[in-house]
Amino acid sequence: MDRKELVALAKDLFSAAGISGHEQAARDVVRPTWEPLVDEIEVSRLGSLHALRHGRGAAPRPRVMLAAHMDVVGLMVKQVVGSFLRVSDIGGVDPRLLPGQPVVVHGRRDLPAVVAHPPHHLLPPERSAKSAPRTNEMWVDMGLGAVEVGRWVRVGDVISFAQPPFELGETRISGRGLDDRVGILAITVCLHELQHVAHRWEVAAVATVSEEMTFGGASTSAFGLRPELAIAVDATHATGVPDLPEFKAFPMGGGPTLGMGSDIHPGLLRTFEVAAKAAEIPYVLEVMPGHSGTDARAMQVTQEGVPTMVVSIPVRYMHSPVEVADLGDIERTGRLVADVIASLDDEYMQRLVWE
Amino acid sequence: MPRTSTARARPRSAPAARRRGIRPQPASPAVLRKSLERLRRLSEASGVSGDEGAVRQIVLETIEGHADEVRVDALGNVLARARAGSRRGLRVMLTAHMDEVGLMVLGVTAEGMLKFDRVGGVDERALVAKPVLVGRARIPGVIGGTPPHLIDWADEPSPYKIPALAIDIGARTKEEALERVHPGDAVVFATRFERLGNVLRGKALDDRVGVATLLELVLDPPPGIELLAAFTTQEEVGLRGAAVAAHALDPQAAIVLDCTPANDLPLWDGRENTTYNTRLGFGPAIYVGDGGTLPNPRLIEHLVRTAEAAGLPYQYRQPGGGSTDAAAIHLARKGIPSISLSVPGRYLHTPLSMIHFDDWRASVSLVRAALARLRLDNIR
Repeated sequence: MDRKELVALAKDLFSAAGISGHEQAARDVVRPTWEPLVDEIEVSRLGSLHALRHGRGAAPRPRVMLAAHMDVVGLMVKQVVGSFLRVSDIGGVDPRLLPGQPVVVHGRRDLPAVVAHPPHHLLPPERSAKSAPRTNEMWVDMGLGAVEVGRWVRVGDVISFAQPPFELGETRISGRGLDDRVGILAITVCLHELQHVAHRWEVAAVATVSEEMTFGGASTSAFGLRPELAIAVDATHATGVPDLPEFKAFPMGGGPTLGMGSDIHPGLLRTFEVAAKAAEIPYVLEVMPGHSGTDARAMQVTQEGVPTMVVSIPVRYMHSPVEVADLGDIERTGRLVADVIASLDDEYMQRLVWE
Repeated sequence: MPRTSTARARPRSAPAARRRGIRPQPASPAVLRKSLERLRRLSEASGVSGDEGAVRQIVLETIEGHADEVRVDALGNVLARARAGSRRGLRVMLTAHMDEVGLMVLGVTAEGMLKFDRVGGVDERALVAKPVLVGRARIPGVIGGTPPHLIDWADEPSPYKIPALAIDIGARTKEEALERVHPGDAVVFATRFERLGNVLRGKALDDRVGVATLLELVLDPPPGIELLAAFTTQEEVGLRGAAVAAHALDPQAAIVLDCTPANDLPLWDGRENTTYNTRLGFGPAIYVGDGGTLPNPRLIEHLVRTAEAAGLPYQYRQPGGGSTDAAAIHLARKGIPSISLSVPGRYLHTPLSMIHFDDWRASVSLVRAALARLRLDNIR
């Protein structure tokens, strides 16, 4: 998969809405992309996409699950007030980035709209110019009259950011939903790499649903697929963003981060480090105390327990419509995961022991 | 457009006006299509105050061969003289400002990020998480914010202020950034113009909608007057272009075509919003007094009477702060009777403003009809 193909797929993926719980638009892009690269493809009861690639080892073969979530954050209609909508956020959106934000209301039909923060004289007197905007005082406005709005829009309709993707500088790309469509892209790169590799293990590439809300896609897919190992490929924070705490963000273009912490099996982390060094792929260790905030947390505790790993791609301005990622980081992540899969032999699980 | 609200806005004399045949002919579909396409180009063009070149180019291109005289003055205003027929009529100045509010690059940090400041009254609340275009080469960039994961939500965060923000053009180093952008580059929002039925959305509709209207007038001047068109610069930073244009043109009357805020959102507690300035869908807004101008009462009367006679919707812009090029024009020379007529627009000075197509078309019809009926008696 060359850079041009990667950019084209990235733009298709970032253009698909796919708010948590309403992932169909994203699934419609991922499915035809993965179908030619795998042996079986199916959709789980909750809507996750399972793409299975058989290995060359003797059956029953062990299985590694790769998970990247295809759902993205957005908004949901809370109340219809005449021509205007009150909304709440789905998955964690900073209210400060909403004023003036172009959005699409996914009603009986898709309606372009904009989020409006009223002028201060229309807000409660205690809300001065010094206070940050709150989601519950904003309106979503389609510019239509109340009759039309009543016809097309209902409470519970989801709203996505309308930002189309675009390339930024020479190696970067921007848009909405990079968290975690960059993970989907990295898994796609990995599946392309695996076309030329005689891997022993079964590979289950999974585009999960509902990560931003419940981790419900990853937990149910891991239960159904019963993998021996599970790898979450997700987005992490990149440096270069305002007001960052130290050690919580990682340089862009410096390769993936490899997670370490309670969600991660230390032996599996070691396998990733060995593979990265062998392939001279740069990486950074990312300390994840407690909950990694990724699908790994859910996959780890399914069935009788699954050794998990988190590998992440640095993304700036996460959960905004103008997230930014480095294309090189996506490619390196995909190659690294492919290298790890290629290195898995029939005895790997016997060697993966706790110290 | 809300049919109920138009009905209320439409004067009762409309059917009578139609019977008497004084309702102005609406523009033909071909003219409308062209004008809408022009508005799209104007809205998407970069024209921050002091750097209006791209808009000026569209204006000059459009009126080439259609005006008796065209010139670009010392401040970059485009001044054009046009009239229908040979009769010398009242010399009326019509203005619309070409500039828009925006940002300007101050410098580049060691990490290749662009620090910036405002040009004109950009809404500071609406900057974060927006795409922008930098400089005349229109280099794409984004203004990013802190991810919510890394914010301590126990204390409500303060609003973003410009010094905390930067434009990311994807440069990895300062040197790489400086190959593409320079301090002093103007920055605009990267918003595409869109039409959804009666709703027009885009950046800088304040005042590209006025520019589009004025272009229509120059291409097809109303009879009976000498049209002195001024496409002005630097309105958003102090009405500078209009001041010198009025001096140079020395008109007998002036009408400013602008776009004014429609703050017609519901109140938080459900009470009636009585301070809306203007409302979308209620027709063009006639000024009766703003922060910079007390319009000529005869001109107010003339616009209102024309609208009623022609059966066109209109509304009064609520008196209050804010101003238009009229504030500079009415004080030029020995004084020039002036008035402003605005298309109501929501969310001006943010990345995405919104107007109603019908309000715009009614404003074109109204100004055309008002000019055709304007005589010296109407301003003395």
